[in-house]
Amino acid sequence: MSIFSTLAEKSWLTPSAVDDVQERGMGPAAKTALSMFMATLTSMFLLFAVGYRMRMAQPDWQPIDDPSLLWFNTALLVFAGLLMQAAKNAATGSHIKGVRNYLSMAGVLTLAFLVGQSAAWGELRDSGLYDPRNPAAAFFILLTGVHALHLVGGLLVWARATWRAWQGIEVKRIRLSVELCTVYWHFLLLVWLVFFTLLLLT
Amino acid sequence: MAYVAIADRDHEQEIHDPQTFITKYVWSQDHKVIAVQYSLTAIFVGVIALILSGMMRLQLAFPDSFSFIAPQDYYQFVTMHGMIMVIYLLTALFLGGFGNYLIPLMCGSRDMVFPYMNMLSYWVYLLSVIILLASFFVPGGPTGAGWTLYPPQSLSLGTPGSSWGILLMLISLVVFIVAFTMGGLNYVTTVLQARCKGMTLMRMPLSVWGIFTATVLGLLAFPALLVSGIMMTLDSLIGTSFFMPAALEAGVLNEHEGGSPILFQHLFWFFGHPEVYIVALPAFGLVSDILACHARKNIFGYRQMVWAIVAIGALSFIVWAHHMYVSGMDPYFGFFFATTTLIIAVPTAIKVYNWVLTLYQGDIHLRVPMLFCIGFIFTFIHGGLTGLFLGNVVVDLPLSDTYFVVGHFHMVMGVSPVLVVFASIYHWYPKITGRMFNDTLGKWHFWCTFIGAYSIYLPMHYLGILGVPRRYFSYGPTEFIPESAQAMNVGITYAALFVAAAQLLFFVNIFMSLRGKKSEPNPWGATTLEWLTPDHPPKHGNWGPELPVVYRWAYDYSVPGAAEDFIPQNQPAVAGAEGFDPEHPHD
Repeated sequence: MSIFSTLAEKSWLTPSAVDDVQERGMGPAAKTALSMFMATLTSMFLLFAVGYRMRMAQPDWQPIDDPSLLWFNTALLVFAGLLMQAAKNAATGSHIKGVRNYLSMAGVLTLAFLVGQSAAWGELRDSGLYDPRNPAAAFFILLTGVHALHLVGGLLVWARATWRAWQGIEVKRIRLSVELCTVYWHFLLLVWLVFFTLLLLT
Repeated sequence: MAYVAIADRDHEQEIHDPQTFITKYVWSQDHKVIAVQYSLTAIFVGVIALILSGMMRLQLAFPDSFSFIAPQDYYQFVTMHGMIMVIYLLTALFLGGFGNYLIPLMCGSRDMVFPYMNMLSYWVYLLSVIILLASFFVPGGPTGAGWTLYPPQSLSLGTPGSSWGILLMLISLVVFIVAFTMGGLNYVTTVLQARCKGMTLMRMPLSVWGIFTATVLGLLAFPALLVSGIMMTLDSLIGTSFFMPAALEAGVLNEHEGGSPILFQHLFWFFGHPEVYIVALPAFGLVSDILACHARKNIFGYRQMVWAIVAIGALSFIVWAHHMYVSGMDPYFGFFFATTTLIIAVPTAIKVYNWVLTLYQGDIHLRVPMLFCIGFIFTFIHGGLTGLFLGNVVVDLPLSDTYFVVGHFHMVMGVSPVLVVFASIYHWYPKITGRMFNDTLGKWHFWCTFIGAYSIYLPMHYLGILGVPRRYFSYGPTEFIPESAQAMNVGITYAALFVAAAQLLFFVNIFMSLRGKKSEPNPWGATTLEWLTPDHPPKHGNWGPELPVVYRWAYDYSVPGAAEDFIPQNQPAVAGAEGFDPEHPHD
């Protein structure tokens, strides 16, 4: 039933008899919660991006050279996303070995991405261009920092799922965790690609 | 026995009540206990804000009479009063308090879907309150920048609390948002996933609709406050210039350059306006249910009411700049926002008409909750109509920053929601405590609050039209403010102190009645599920071994042919009974 027909129900006309009530099929609650959480995060990231664009439009904007390391870091995060997807596929097929390996590698690449981002901060600092009053530099730190913090949050969940996978737990008991991690990783990859494009535009 | 969370119906074999005092009342994962924890904390901090407003009124009525109210104190009182009332009282009470208590009970669930996260939500909220209150005790005291925290004022030397105070305020807000997000995800997911069998979306009581939609608004709007809070914290701590321009502070050039204060205003109000509806929509929902119950009549236009809640929620995201007409933005921008502001009045007006039409020819019982609801209709119409004045750019410009605005917003999002808070506490008090409150004290409380609140805020509109500016510590002699305005200020202060004192009636009633006479399980003859629990008040897990099944909508009052003047939601339809005809069940 579409949302429109649901909201058009004339519920005062339709009291049900005893045998007339249907059980609803429901997916896992965590999936719904993650979707809503990603909507919240989208609002936040979007507002950071809008703030950045509005500030860019002002005449005193001084662009900075983005650290070249960002290209390499982006590649790391893309591979991490692909490995997460592979882990999810392995979980769907109940291949515990695949889940362990792909999940672990995805996390390691994500950690490498975070190390790379902090190296990019160092590159910016050493270039002599960093001045907190320059909005381009401040936004660079802000956008990359907020994105990285959310990856760290994801890594906490990843660490639990990975630990359980290596404990020899049945695949079906971590399938949902792996699936949700994968969705979250893809989401943060998309956010990063949008942020990276924005940073390059300056 | 260990505490086992009850998240959904699949765990029916694992219901274990918490055994120790700590797991039952302190680290509780039961939504009802968390609701009471949220409510008591919110009301406690609200009383502090009420005392602050009393101090402000004393200063305005009797300037230069109180040595303990210096100008900087006054601004700190204004700021803390506003922020506490809007965020830490109303948002927390409606969503954390009523949301927590009512959603699982009204939807027929055992608890929230993530009880542990629900518990964390409360404790993180408490942390945010402690951080906020700590700012009274740091060097320089709390921030005095006004609840809107506009830069550059909020971070400039000379503004009270521009170093420690503002930082603690921003940190507290960020922590509050974390708490709200944990709670909010729970409320939304519970409504979507954990409704009992038969509870379709359009059979949900309007209270759930209001709280649900307000939570979605909060989840999408609070990020704007988070974003502006983080950026302002960085401006303050590491010297970035997101919002802070180069400016002279106490005669010295500051270390910022190029920041955009207008950007902050856009971000703040992108949160700030939906915030009005985060407070208003739960109030709309609660009022609808209480009105229908005490008028013994189905709510008029249920579908319109649901659609109006959703429409108001959506529109609330495109009206924010009507708070910024005097900020120097493009006039065409103002034209757009004036139009959207007038459009949002349409679904709001539909709701008001429907409340009045629900009362029309109803079997009205003027009990205490009903009195507060009818009072709400008055104050909300009043505040809503002055909102139409202020939504128009040409009317807003002369009235901006006058007492007209103070009168307007206190009527529409101060008095109105608070009347609903009282109505709801009185209405659900028997369910929460199992006891009945004192009716006479409750009625005195209503009349003192209602008439008193009008005596405070109605004259403020007149002061505003005279041009009396808000946020002034004292006025002194001016050309355009007659001396009689000062006499009116004195009158308003007396009324304010009277209303504040009248709240003692409420507290006395609520606490004394804990030992009062026991109430019936369903004293008002209500149809919704929370009144139909096997235990009264409901125990952990809410429903005993069997979850309820819902067969009808929430407003079957005075159905012709029915044995009583209400049919509970868990009563199946029987062909031939209650004059039942699926096509015309109310004929």
